[in-house]
Amino acid sequence: MGITRRNLLKAALVGVAHPLLPVRGIVSQAFAAPGAADAKFLLVFLRGGYDAANVVIPIGSDFYYEVRPTIAIPKPDAANSNAAVPLARANDAADWGLHPALAESMLPLWRRGHLGFVPFAGTSDLTRSHFETQDSIESGMPVSPAGGQRTYGSGFLNRLAAALDAEAAPVAFTDGLPMVMAGDVVVPNVSLKGTGKPPFDERQMDLLAGMYAGTRFQPLISEGFALRKTVAEQAEMMAQGGTPGEMQAANRNALTARGFELEARRMAGLMKEKFNIGFIDVGGWDTHVNQGGAQGQLANLLASLGDGLAAFADQMGPAWNQTVVCVLSEFGRTFRENGTRGTDHGHGSVHWILGGGISGGRVAGEQVAVTPQTLNQNRDFPVLTEYRSMLAGIFRRIYSLDSARLARIFPNAASVDLGLL
Amino acid sequence: MGAPLPTVGIRGRVSLLAAIAAAVAIAVPTASSPAKAAPLSRGELRWLSRVTFGIDSATLARYRTIGREKFLDEQLHPPADDPPRLLAAIAALQVSRQTAQARIAANRAEQQRIAALAAETDKQQARTALNQAGGQVVYETAKRHLMRALASPSQLREQLTWFWMNHFSVFSGKANVRWTLAEYEERAVRAHALGRFSDLVLATATAPAMLEYLDNAQSAAGRINENYARELMELHTLGVSGGASGSTYTQTDVQELARVLTGVGLNLTDAAPRLPPNQQALYVRAGLFEFNPARHDFGTKTVLGHTIAGRGLPEVEEAIVLLCRQPATARFISFKLATYFVADAPPPALVEKMARTFLKTDGSIAAVLREMFLDRSLIAALDVPEPTLEKFKDPLQFVVSSMRLAYDGKWITNHHPAVNWLQQLGEPLYGRVTPDGYPLTEAGWSSSGQLVRRFEIARAIGSGNAGLFNEDDNTPGPGTGFPMLGSRVFFDAIDPALSARTREAFGRASSQQEWNMLLLASPDWMQR
Repeated sequence: MGITRRNLLKAALVGVAHPLLPVRGIVSQAFAAPGAADAKFLLVFLRGGYDAANVVIPIGSDFYYEVRPTIAIPKPDAANSNAAVPLARANDAADWGLHPALAESMLPLWRRGHLGFVPFAGTSDLTRSHFETQDSIESGMPVSPAGGQRTYGSGFLNRLAAALDAEAAPVAFTDGLPMVMAGDVVVPNVSLKGTGKPPFDERQMDLLAGMYAGTRFQPLISEGFALRKTVAEQAEMMAQGGTPGEMQAANRNALTARGFELEARRMAGLMKEKFNIGFIDVGGWDTHVNQGGAQGQLANLLASLGDGLAAFADQMGPAWNQTVVCVLSEFGRTFRENGTRGTDHGHGSVHWILGGGISGGRVAGEQVAVTPQTLNQNRDFPVLTEYRSMLAGIFRRIYSLDSARLARIFPNAASVDLGLL
Repeated sequence: MGAPLPTVGIRGRVSLLAAIAAAVAIAVPTASSPAKAAPLSRGELRWLSRVTFGIDSATLARYRTIGREKFLDEQLHPPADDPPRLLAAIAALQVSRQTAQARIAANRAEQQRIAALAAETDKQQARTALNQAGGQVVYETAKRHLMRALASPSQLREQLTWFWMNHFSVFSGKANVRWTLAEYEERAVRAHALGRFSDLVLATATAPAMLEYLDNAQSAAGRINENYARELMELHTLGVSGGASGSTYTQTDVQELARVLTGVGLNLTDAAPRLPPNQQALYVRAGLFEFNPARHDFGTKTVLGHTIAGRGLPEVEEAIVLLCRQPATARFISFKLATYFVADAPPPALVEKMARTFLKTDGSIAAVLREMFLDRSLIAALDVPEPTLEKFKDPLQFVVSSMRLAYDGKWITNHHPAVNWLQQLGEPLYGRVTPDGYPLTEAGWSSSGQLVRRFEIARAIGSGNAGLFNEDDNTPGPGTGFPMLGSRVFFDAIDPALSARTREAFGRASSQQEWNMLLLASPDWMQR
C-alpha cells in the first residue's frame, strides 16, 4: 500500500494512541528521497495590500522622506527607538531599513541569514483591485495584456500538490478553502483561530461518520475529523508546554502567546508533523487612513506578524532547516502618502522569504533607486521580479521540479534564482 | 424506526443508553396525532424543500390545503406585505428608519467632525465608533434578510432575493456600500425578485451600491472605467463570451457599453453640478443617484451590432433591454436558476425550456420558475429513491432550513448566531469580495473543514437555543431549552425519506439533543 496523505490521516483517525509519533516515523520512511519530501513550504498572504515601502524602507531616498511627511519612518539612529533599523551586512552602507516594529522579532532571523527580502516584487496585474489581484495571484496564471479574461480555475498551490503527487500533504489554515488551494487535489482546511478543542468525542464522530459511510463525503469527513483531532491534540500538548515529538525542554511563550503568534505556533506543530504545503492569510493591511509611522495601525499589524513568524520558526525546531516561508501581498501602495495620512492601492511590493536553510540576510533581486522617474506611472513601486518567476525558482530548488512540472504550476513563467536558496 | 429514542424495549440497546434516555425524559412525539394526514412522498418533500428554504408546519399545512400548483402560484405571486409581526419587527429596525442618503450625510458630517478633533486618541475613538456604526447597519440588513428567510410565508421571494443579491453581488466592505446596502436589497433587488429580468438589471444598474462597487461612478467620457460594463455582460446578463450560454460579445462591445454608461454615477453631496444650459434638461438626480451629462459620452455607440444614438440616460435602458433580450441571456439566467434550485448539472432540456419561456415572456422571472417547478420530468425525477437531481444545500440553506425545522414558528430575536454561522461556513451575507457571487454548486461548500463545521452548527442548534432567543444585544431572553426536532413535521415529511444509515445512527443517540444533532448533520439533511 502506498503511503498517501489520506492513509496517514486515516491511520490517525482510527485512533493510534499517540498519532503524532508513529505517523512521523512513517513519514520519514516514505519520504526516503532527501530534498523534495522533507521540504516544507508555507505561503503567508497579507490581504489588503500592505505598505511595503514602510516595512522595507528606502532609507537612502530623500524622495521617500519628501513625499511621506507624516508617515515616514526616521532614518536609522541608534538613539531613536522609532527609527528604521539598517538592513546591511557589516561595514556595508545600507540602502534599506526595516520597520522598528519588526526589530525584535525579525532581526535575529535576518542576522542568522534566515530572512531575505525581495523588493520591487509582485504581479503584472495592474487593476489595483484587491479581489482581482488576489485572485490573479492565487491562480498563478499569466495575466493577459488586455487584462481581460480572469481565471477562476485552480490555484498554484493545488497545482504544486498535483505536481508532487503522493509526496504532497497540503493544508489551508483558513475557514474556507482559498483560491490558491482550489483545484483537482482534495485539500483539507481548518482555521486555527478557535480554542482547538476537539469538536466531538470518539463515539459521536463514529456516529456522524457512520451516517456518511459509502457516500462521496466519507473521505472528506474522515479527513475533517482527523485534522480537527490532530489540531486539538497539538493544542493540548502546547497548552501543557510540551513540544510534540521533540525533546525540547522549554517552549517559549507557549502559554502566553496570543492572536497570530498562537496560530503560528499551532500551524508549525501541524506543518512539522503532518503537512508540507501550507497556506494562511492575515488581513487588515488596507491602510488608506491613518496608517501611522513607527507606531500606530501598521506598526501593530507588523509586530503581530513578526511575532507570529518568529514563533513559527521557533516551533518548527529542526524542521525549520527544510522549511521555506514566503510572505506576500496582492500589491504595494502609493509611494506618496495620501490626504488622510494613509496610502492608496499601488503596484510593486516587497516579498519576504524565510527559512532555516536559506542564504538570507540580503535584499535580493533587481533593484532601482526610488525616484519619481523610476516609479510605476509616477505612483508606486515598479515590479521588477514577477512573483510567479520567483516562486517557480523556489519550487525548482526545494522540490527539484523539472521545467515541465513547473510549467504546469506556473504556465509561461521563467523561473528566476534570486540566490536566496 | 427513526423516532428519537423510542422505548428502550424496541431497540434492546445497551442499558446505559436506556438510563440516559430515562434521565433526560425525552418526549417521544406520537406519530398518531389527531387529524393525521398522509405523509409527504419523497418527491413532495424534495420539491417543497426547493420552493421554500425548508419546510416547517405552516408550509406543510398550506401545501396540504391547496396542493402543489396553487402553492407554487401563491409563492410566485406573493402579497406585497408580510404578516404584521414580521412587518412590525422590520419597521422597528434602525435600518428601516433612515434613508441611505441620510446615512451618507451623517457619515460625512461625522468624518468632518473627526478631522477637526485635536487629540489623536479622540480621533481614534470616534473612528472606531463610526466603524461600529457601519458594522451595525450591515448587521441589521443581514438580520432583516434572515428574519424574512426564516419567517416569511413568501419563501420563494426571499430565496430569489438571496439569489439575485448573489447574482448582482456587492461587497459591504467596499467604499460606502455599507451605507447604501439596505436600499439596494430592498428596492433594487427584492422589489423585482419575481418580476421582469430587465427591470431588475436596470434597478441594479442605477443603484448606488452597484455603481460604487463596480466603479461605474468613476467612469466618465475620456476617463472610462470598464469594470461594470464588463461584468454587466459577463456576470449579469449574457454570460462569459465563448461560454456555454452562447455569448459572443467582444472587447469592443465592452468598451462601447462602457461609453453608454458614462456619467451614470453618484452624488453623495447636496450640491448639483454646474452645467451648460443645453445639458441641464438631461441631468437626472434621484436620491444619491446622479446622471451627469457633463460626464457622458454623447457619441453614437454600437453594442452587439446594434446602433445606440447618443442622447443621455435613455441609452442605458436601451442597452440593458438589448442585453436582456439576447438568447444567451435567456440561457445564462435559466441555467443559473436551475443550478440553484434543481441540480449542479441541470438537465439541458429543462434549461432550454426555461430559456424559451424567458424569451417568450420578455424575461418574466415568475414564468420561468413556474415552467421549472412544474416540469413533469423534474417532479418525477425528485420522487425516485436515489434521486438523479440531488442538490447540496449551500450554507445559508443549511442554516435557515435547520432553524426553520428546529424552531418551527418560534420567534427568533437574536440573529447574531446565524450571522456567525454563515461567516464560519464561508458564506456571510454581503461578504463576497469578488463580483461573481458565491458558488452555487456542491464543490464550493463541501471541503472537509466546512463539513465538520456544519456538524458543529448542527449541534449548536440541536442541543440548546444557541442564544437565538436572547435580545439582539445578547441580554439573556427566556430559557427555551433545546428544540424537539422529532416533531409532526419530522414524521409527516422527513422521516419517510430517511436513509437506513441515518436511522441506524438515530437509534444510537444518547439524548434528545444528540438525536437533534444527528438529524441536522445527516447526509439526508444536507440535500435540498
